[in-house]
Amino acid sequence: MLKKTVLAGLALGFGLMASAAMAASNFKVVYIGKNTGNPYFDSITGGFVDACKKIGCEFEFVAPATAEATSQIPFIEAQIQRGVNVIAIAPNSPDAMNQVLDKARAKGILVLTVNGDIVGSEGHRDANILPVDFTKTGPNQVELMGSMIGYKGEIAILSATTEAPDQNTWIKAMKKTLAENPKYKDMKLVATVYGDDQPEKSTTEMEALLSNYPNLVGVIAPTTVGIAAAAQVVKSRGIANKFHVTGLGLPSEMRDFVKDGTVSAFQLWSPYNEGWLAAYFADGVLNGKIKNTVGTKFDVPNLGSITILEKNVMNTQAELTTFDKSNIDKFNF
Amino acid sequence: MSDAPLGINSTVSASHRDAAPPRPLWQVIFVRPETLTFVLLVLAIFAGGQLSPYFLDIRYILDSFTLTAELSLLALILTLVIIAGEIDLSPASAMALSACLFAYAMSFDWPMWICVFIGIGSGLIMGAINAALIIGLQLPSIIVTIGTLTLYRGLAQVIAGDKSIRVPEWYIGIDKVQILGLPAPDLIFIIAAIALAFVLGMTVWGRQIYQTGTNETAAIYAGIRTRRIKTVLFLATGVTASIAGMIFISRLGSVRYDLGLGGELQMVLMAMLGGTYIFGGRGTILGTFLAALLLSVISTGMTTANLLPATQLCVLGVLLVLSIIATNFIYSRTQR
Repeated sequence: MLKKTVLAGLALGFGLMASAAMAASNFKVVYIGKNTGNPYFDSITGGFVDACKKIGCEFEFVAPATAEATSQIPFIEAQIQRGVNVIAIAPNSPDAMNQVLDKARAKGILVLTVNGDIVGSEGHRDANILPVDFTKTGPNQVELMGSMIGYKGEIAILSATTEAPDQNTWIKAMKKTLAENPKYKDMKLVATVYGDDQPEKSTTEMEALLSNYPNLVGVIAPTTVGIAAAAQVVKSRGIANKFHVTGLGLPSEMRDFVKDGTVSAFQLWSPYNEGWLAAYFADGVLNGKIKNTVGTKFDVPNLGSITILEKNVMNTQAELTTFDKSNIDKFNF
Repeated sequence: MSDAPLGINSTVSASHRDAAPPRPLWQVIFVRPETLTFVLLVLAIFAGGQLSPYFLDIRYILDSFTLTAELSLLALILTLVIIAGEIDLSPASAMALSACLFAYAMSFDWPMWICVFIGIGSGLIMGAINAALIIGLQLPSIIVTIGTLTLYRGLAQVIAGDKSIRVPEWYIGIDKVQILGLPAPDLIFIIAAIALAFVLGMTVWGRQIYQTGTNETAAIYAGIRTRRIKTVLFLATGVTASIAGMIFISRLGSVRYDLGLGGELQMVLMAMLGGTYIFGGRGTILGTFLAALLLSVISTGMTTANLLPATQLCVLGVLLVLSIIATNFIYSRTQR
């Protein structure tokens, strides 16, 4: 009892000091990435930081060390404790965080899933911000791969973690496209392996693919860590003229591979825009200027008009951007 | 006989001179590894409060402890195993395997008692496998348990695949249940700590565990049934692992094969930070209890201050090295 009183007294003292410092800012937003050491999230963070400079919100980025399904739970708990107003998260699992997200929303915190959605648990978050329409990403990637290998041959997928909702959505669509679209009838998906968004494991899985499937002609890696690892393996083995790597990659990481011919083309969007949109959206909702209902249209500087689609999803751009030798130098993220 | 030579008297008084004076009482109570753990705990609470104004909330700290309550429970039983001179690195994997089996059984809608039976039974079997190999075949425990930890983790992956097995809604939420003002997992941990401390410190059997760890050969010659003691400890570890697994599932709402991946290191870390001597014979439940609190406070404090995992790992590493140096220093100085 005494310990509790002393702790409470200290907490009150600190709290008063902190709230005095906090009174100047607008609202507090935190972005919880999938894991640290992943440069992809630096781009999204950049969007948040710049938008918050304009809007006047306080932004912080945190992430767990590994992208396991439950690794973000302690971080969400900490943010609730810190009394943030907005939690933006790139989820590592479609359902592991339902309980803790409900706890956050019960405290009045706006919960946004940015860059991926909690598939099947959409009721546990307020809105979702995606870079593009994710149902089209899978077919686009299959088409890009097909155009590189002449639409025939064995291919494999090198993904991130087994539970990642975003990669799983794309892979499901890729399998459906390969099965149903007659254009790809001569392309066969022989394996899907998981690199856990760790460079070492992605490299090992890639090497294993090349050893286990000697007739493999292409790998789709819909994760920036995976495609960088796969490209490196192809370059070290010197098989770029007969083996094709593509997927979703960051121009900054893939620039050298594109310029020396290891990778002919890959796709992505602008992660920066996701952070930008998320911050402006949160600001609008908290100020009452934007209503979080399906069908609402609102304007965001630099992005134009954004519509809230079914299940409260928003896209920052319409189509994937394809990067190749001709345009890779134009981007600096 | 009447004229006792001077030699006899001087022999008697010489033996008095040889006996070393007893250590002062204050040294016995305070100069021990658990004191360092306690001091670190106080410093950690203070540092956490300095790093973030949101940390010093007793409710929050107790709730955050539930995140590591299962591994802390395993650390307690592991302390006994280490004191007895063995080590068991398999509990985290055993926890995952028995949890997967338990959830799998529940997904068939079998009656609860069958599922619990399967869960705890599998833990018992896993402990028995460890015991059979280590005590029956006289193999080194560290190698055997590294093997079984890989085996159990692999079996868990075979059963659960890459997916998560969900459990019925009514089973979820043990960390929300509050008993006596504490979250249920915390209370389970405290009760287990008190029970094990009693067994270790106050029973003959507990004394025999210390003796087995100090010098197994001497203990055997003294008539202590070391093989039986160690077998019971490994079985107990298996059962505790399955219980911890069931608590874990209730907290997360589903189970995957990678439940508690890497947890074996954390458990051993807690035991080491608590002043348990790795070669056996020394250690207390109090130390492991304080170390579990210390680890929870440190990770919670750093996460609340939004420090990135890289910093947290560095701090934990430094702490581990410090505590090992201090533990060995204190034990070697007080060796009699």
